[in-house]
Formats: sequence, structure tokens, C-alpha cells
Amino acid sequence: MTATIEQLEAPKPEALAAVLVAKTRPPRPSALSASITFGWRAVLKIKHVPEQLFDVTAFPIMMILMFTYLFGGALASSPTEYLQFLLPGIMVTSVVMITMYTGVAVNTDIEKGVFDRFRTLPIWRPAPMVGYILGDLLRYVLASTTIMLVGLVLGYRPAGGFTGVVLAVGVLMAFSFAFSWVWTMFGLLMRSEKSVMGVSMLVLMPLTFLSNVYVNPATMPGWLQAFVNVNPITQLVSAVRGFMSGSADAGALSWTLGYTIAFTVVFGALTMRLYNRK
Amino acid sequence: MLAIETKGLVKVFGKTRAVDGVDLAVPAGTVYGLLGPNGAGKTTTVRLLATLLKPDDGVAEVFGHDVRADPDAVRALVSLTGQYASVDEDLTGTENLILLGRLLGHTGKSARARGEQLLEAFGLTDAKDRQVKNYSGGMRRRLDIAASIFATPQLLFLDEPTTGLDPRSRNQVWDIVRAVVDAGTTVLLTTQYLDEADQLASRIAVIDRGKVIAEGTKGELKASVGVGSIHVRLRDAGQRAEAQQLLTRVLDADIQLDSDPVALTACLGGHATEQAAEALAQLARAGITVDNFSLGQPSLDEVFLALTDKEQAA
Repeated sequence: MTATIEQLEAPKPEALAAVLVAKTRPPRPSALSASITFGWRAVLKIKHVPEQLFDVTAFPIMMILMFTYLFGGALASSPTEYLQFLLPGIMVTSVVMITMYTGVAVNTDIEKGVFDRFRTLPIWRPAPMVGYILGDLLRYVLASTTIMLVGLVLGYRPAGGFTGVVLAVGVLMAFSFAFSWVWTMFGLLMRSEKSVMGVSMLVLMPLTFLSNVYVNPATMPGWLQAFVNVNPITQLVSAVRGFMSGSADAGALSWTLGYTIAFTVVFGALTMRLYNRK
Repeated sequence: MLAIETKGLVKVFGKTRAVDGVDLAVPAGTVYGLLGPNGAGKTTTVRLLATLLKPDDGVAEVFGHDVRADPDAVRALVSLTGQYASVDEDLTGTENLILLGRLLGHTGKSARARGEQLLEAFGLTDAKDRQVKNYSGGMRRRLDIAASIFATPQLLFLDEPTTGLDPRSRNQVWDIVRAVVDAGTTVLLTTQYLDEADQLASRIAVIDRGKVIAEGTKGELKASVGVGSIHVRLRDAGQRAEAQQLLTRVLDADIQLDSDPVALTACLGGHATEQAAEALAQLARAGITVDNFSLGQPSLDEVFLALTDKEQAA
């Protein structure tokens, strides 16, 4: 079929001459507009390969079902009761886990020719990277929504109500945006998609497990508590839990905000350094 | 007015001096060919000029803008069609052009309108809603060039635009390049094919191991490397050694024995046709039957060997 079309169609010289007549160029787009355009590109990719939404739907559902019924009876009196504690944490874990796909996407894309084109355009330099993360925010919202819906079905009842949940998801999105810069950096640094995934496991497993997601840190040995308490995931989970339970945790919230700014500044800068050097 | 001017341009990767002191002066409004084998430094030179790499030494200016000091000014004037399609394979043709239009500052509506116009002109309308990964090589290349002229650039880099294309698609790309130049855009073309440089470029720089080893108009370059070669097929493989001796004496040149046991090839000097006629006459006189023969243009290999030999002798 491809061959037939190739035979039938040829460039049209008159039309070609017409499109080549020099046009005045519009002014260069703003940083925001360029970033949003790259975000649109990420969304188009989801549209063309919808299967990739599997990790933001099936994976969170699996996580919540698995841990609710695995630990529920042992750690609380019943799975439903444990779910009241677990849900905010499992939402954070699932979303933070899928942030690493940003790195995989950057890594698989960066060697392709299209990146050369982007890098020769007179646009705000970080726009392609910000675009990835903007596109991924959509995935994070989908994952959070999936978890919340499954949680509600299983008997989770957020005391903070709708507003509390929205605020909680908002904090989670802000942190995930910042945390994604870690992966854009590794995406540019690593030589293959597999090594990006390998590193991400090394980072994500301790961060998500050595935290307050599954159990109260009070039972842990002192040295472990020391780590758990400064772990950004712990602070994020406390902030999210606070909003969902209707009693905002100002301390955890300011820690989370601090981490959000720090991750964006440090890893954003490192990402751009690597991007400009590629 | 010069579209490109470089002086002593250097780019080093580890221990390799990929670009090793390249001086170029490309007049505006022409096609300038960079000719050389794989790994000669053509692509690296283009990447330096397109602001994708930073030079380690030397100066490079595009329409008077220094690539190092003012990369954004350069980016506003150039477009790049890379060796590997510079389009997003996961998106459709239309989506690719809209994406690019928006990045150039168009509104969604005007990006779409210009995109449709380009797809029509490049004969891609029927394929516009298919993902680019399902395009043939020729279609992909056309879309790539369409993307490059979305905002008509002052300078277009075409990095091996026809490598891997069938002859028909290659001719279409050549037609497009001619149209682009007619519209006033300067084109810097890299190629491994002498034929392609011959068809399109008005001046050519031959690059080897990061250096420009020859530069000039097509006529100047050809004159400097001799005219071509004669390829002879014998009826009897047993006579090849004898034919080789005879031709070496008559033509005073190295004779290559081809992998085909009845064939040999000889390089010719300034008076190619007379030399060839003389060689054939001598073969006939010696009783060596020639099944057929052909005269060839100098191949890139020959241009290359001739130029590098000269380089070493100098």
C-alpha cells in the first residue's frame, strides 16, 4: 500500500514554488507556549499508543488491592480500616513510581533525529523537557483518579472531603513535577532505557518502602527513623494524608514544598546542563 | 555575501579530531556540497554550524552571526534535515507540521493551514493522517524537508538527504532541493555521492579525516582528479594476467583486478578516450578477446584516492 501511494504521488513543482515564497515569520513563542506545545506532543503519543496507559491504571489498581489485603488484617483490624491509613500512601507510591517513565521516554527519544530539529529551533531551551513532564502530569492525574475511585469502592472515606482530596492530589502533582527532573537527568545521562529503569529501582524502592507509606515509623529502630523522617516521600505522604483526613499538616507541607523547590532547581539545572551538552 | 564562513573550525571527541581546522566560505543563494566518506567529519561540521555542538576551536559564522556567541540568532535563520529523519515517527504527518508550526510561533490555526499547504506541495496529502513510522523512506524524507521549510529558512542543512532512497525518490528530493534554492535559500548539502554533488552543488569541498582536502567548482575538482576509468571484461579468464601486464605498460597506470575473474579496471589520465581506444587496440593485437568494456566517470573512491595521494605527496 505504501508503495502504491509512493508511485501515485510526487511533489508538485508549482505548489512547491508557492509555499516557498518567503513568509514573514511570527514572533518566537513564549516559554510557556513552547512547553505546552511539547506537552501536547506527549499527549498525542498517548493518543497513538493508548496501551501505555496500562501503567497508570492497572499498576495502581494492583498496588492498592495487593497491599490492602496483604497487610490489612495483620497491621490493622481489617483491610477496610487499614485502607484509611494506606490509601494516601499508596497513591503517592504509585504516582512517584511512574514518574520514572519520564526518564525512559527522554532516553528513547533523545537519540532520535527529531531532537536535532527541536534543538535547532529558536525556542526556550528547557521547553522540550518541561513538555515531557507536563504530558506526564496527565498520567499522574489519571493514576491518582484511578486509585481514589478504587479506594472509594473498597471503603475508603476521606474526612477531608472532595476539597481535601483535590488539595492532596495538587500537592502530589507539584512534587511529582519536581521529582520528574531526577528522571529527565538520568534519561540524558544513561546509555540505555534499561539502565534508566535499573537506576530508578535503586532510587524508588528504598524511598517508597523506607517511609511511612505502609506502617507507622514509631516501631522502627532509631537509625531507620532518622532516615524515614527526612525521606521526601515520608513528608509528602504526611502532607497528602493531612489534606485527605481533613487536618492539614503544616510541617510536612512546608518540608514537601522545600523538597519540591530543591528538586526542581537542582535536577532541573543538571538536566539542562546535560541537554545542552548532548 | 557569505552564508557560512568558518576559520580553523575544530571539534574533538576524545582522541579523535572529528573536525580538524576546517575553513569554509559558502556564498549565499547557492548549493554548497560537502563531499566525503563516512566518518570524514561532514556531519560534525553541519552539527557545529547548526548549533547542535559547540566548536572546540576556530570561528564559525552563519550570515555574520557567531554560532557560539549568538546561537539563537543562528537558529532563527537555519533549518536542519538530519541524516536520520528529523521528524517524530510516532506522530502523523499533519501532527508533525502543526507541532513545528506552533514551536515557530504560529497559532494552531495558521500552523494547520501552512501544514496542509506543505503536505499538498510535497505530495503527502493522502498520507497526512498516518503515523510517520508507516511512511516509506522517500515520503519520510519529503516530510522532513517540508518541516525544514515550514518557515522558509535562509540556510538549509541537508545531511545526506538521499542516502538509502530509491532512484525515483532521490530524483524527487533533488527537484525539491532545486526549488528551495530557486526560492533564495542557501543549501549546505553533505553527501557521499559524487553524482549528487554533481547534480546539485555549484561548489564542493571534499572532506577527509576532518580536513578540507580540495575545494572548488565541479569542473575544477574533476579536472584535478582525472577523467575516469575503463572497465574491461575478457572472454577467457586465463588471459587476465597477460591483459594486466599489457594494460599496465600501455596506460602506465595501476590495474585493479575485480572479484569477477574475467574483469579488470584501469584508471585513465587526461586523455581518457584516446587512451581507452589505444588500450583496446593493443588488446586486440595481442589476441586477447574483449567481451565488453565501459568507460566510467571517476567514482568518489577515485576522486578520493587521487586527492589523498596528492595530499600525501605535497
